[in-house]
Amino acid sequence: MLVYLVKRLLLMAPMLVGITLVSFVVIHLAPGTPVEMQTTLNPKVSLEAQKRLQELYGLDQPLLVQYGQWLKRVVRLDFGRSFSPDRRPVWDKIRERLGITISLNLLSLFIILAVAIPLGVLSACRPHSWFDRATTVLVFFGFAMPTFWLALLLIMFFGVYLDWLPVSGLTSLNFPRFSLWQKIQDLAAHITLPVLVAAFGGLAGMSRYMRGTMLEVIRQDYITTARAKGLSERTVIFKHALRNALLPVITILGLSVPGLIGGSVIFESIFAIPGMGQLFFGAVMARDYPLVMGELVIGAVLTLLGNLLADVGYALVDPRIRTG
Amino acid sequence: MKKRRFWARFRRNRLAMTGLIMVAASFVISLAAPWLAPYDPNHIDLQAVLLPPCAEHWWGTDPLGRDVLSRIIFGSQVSLKVGFVSVGLATLIGLLVGSLAGFYGGWVDYLLMRLVDLMLCFPSFFLILAVIAVLEPSIWNIMVVIGFTSWMGVARLVRAEFLSLREREFVVAARALGASDLRLIFVHLLPNALAPVMVSATLGVAGAILTESALSFLGLGVQPPTPSWGNILTAGKDNIEIAWWLSFFPGLAILLTVMSYNFLGEGIREAVDPRLKD
Repeated sequence: MLVYLVKRLLLMAPMLVGITLVSFVVIHLAPGTPVEMQTTLNPKVSLEAQKRLQELYGLDQPLLVQYGQWLKRVVRLDFGRSFSPDRRPVWDKIRERLGITISLNLLSLFIILAVAIPLGVLSACRPHSWFDRATTVLVFFGFAMPTFWLALLLIMFFGVYLDWLPVSGLTSLNFPRFSLWQKIQDLAAHITLPVLVAAFGGLAGMSRYMRGTMLEVIRQDYITTARAKGLSERTVIFKHALRNALLPVITILGLSVPGLIGGSVIFESIFAIPGMGQLFFGAVMARDYPLVMGELVIGAVLTLLGNLLADVGYALVDPRIRTG
Repeated sequence: MKKRRFWARFRRNRLAMTGLIMVAASFVISLAAPWLAPYDPNHIDLQAVLLPPCAEHWWGTDPLGRDVLSRIIFGSQVSLKVGFVSVGLATLIGLLVGSLAGFYGGWVDYLLMRLVDLMLCFPSFFLILAVIAVLEPSIWNIMVVIGFTSWMGVARLVRAEFLSLREREFVVAARALGASDLRLIFVHLLPNALAPVMVSATLGVAGAILTESALSFLGLGVQPPTPSWGNILTAGKDNIEIAWWLSFFPGLAILLTVMSYNFLGEGIREAVDPRLKD
């Protein structure tokens, strides 16, 4: 297991280099230099100051040297300073928002699993029943539904028409004065809609996938054997079939990480949630290149970590992987 | 797969036919937009601001008094263009990378597949947004960016097909007869690998339409006054408490269009899948 883990970790290194290289290239597609970006917006900056900035960023060096220097700083999580008026380090800005985005995404992953697995199993147990048909219709809606439209519909219904749930931010204005119980309630009310929206897209894919693997497993010989032994259908489905059908789900979980992180841009900006996605959206709007680059790298690293976790999880439950 | 058998199976598939009819309808709507739309989509009428659906404006009007139905009809042109151009680009890149990797194998294959892994590491929406931040948001840039960030699936498909076809008798025979690499790729291998590519391209159009509408919704896509479903929804969000029709109808248009391509794609998959019996 340890050997497997080390091997997996070593494989990550070239990927990390690749990720930073792509991010670097993307930002350097920009017409003009970051210095011009900062100075043309601010006519008070003298030519001499411009030159100093250029040297600071190493812009007088060839591109490859620039990349090397940038990479050296990135390894220490130094992405430079944001262009925004507060001029804070990019990493500080991302760090304080990372937790929110990760917790919300974990929560929606949990909901996806909690809903999609029973849905998939039930429709696989009774293929072509009315339940299976209803789920299939739901799945097609899930695949085609633009998440931001779903968000708007939910806001209209629960936020405006029924006026049950708050539709923006994580907490109410008077949050600090609440008791602990009130705080929990307030937070829960605020994140209900965003988490639902984030989960919805993955729900369709996951339940479809679960149905597929379950159908395949049920056809296997050992299921027939289990039934022939006279085990109850309950035991056969939940003990023999489900356990095996759950294996590939781990991989799908890992693969769904980039979608979730990418999707957070949309639901966080609609619901005004101070997470990574909203920060990224703001950075794109303001052409805050250091911040954009930092977010791009962090987003990809999170994906890489998600895949690593999925692979390790798979190796833990399936001995064929870690020895093979 | 013989063409006639494909048609026979395709026509018997209800999902596929529904999809095909819906896709055809969306084509007709966007091509005939100037005749179908009751109003000029950019005609501003400050006497008719934010009207709810009524006899003159079936789907209401927006904050500038423009007819929402007409804007949605013209918006279908944007979706169609973005869907087809970006998927065309993605498919071309995917075919190229996949055939090179699958045909030559070895280090070419290794390098290209690591590039695919690398691209798949980025949350694609992040990558798209970053490029849009650097370039100007415009319909052309969006098509190119979506194309360049969504070719990986096709590349993997084509590579897998090539790997399984490469050693088959008809390819070995053609090679023995002295066929050049190009001839082998284009005449013998590619035509046999096209079925799964067709499925993924059809589903890809749906994905591209969703991505474009999300970008336009965020204000980073098609810029007003050009109508697109996404940017009508932006106005819907800004007026969510007073004008439900601004949010409801464009979203419905996206949902139906995306669904029709998904139906069509799944239908083609069922029609070409040899594991499913006639």
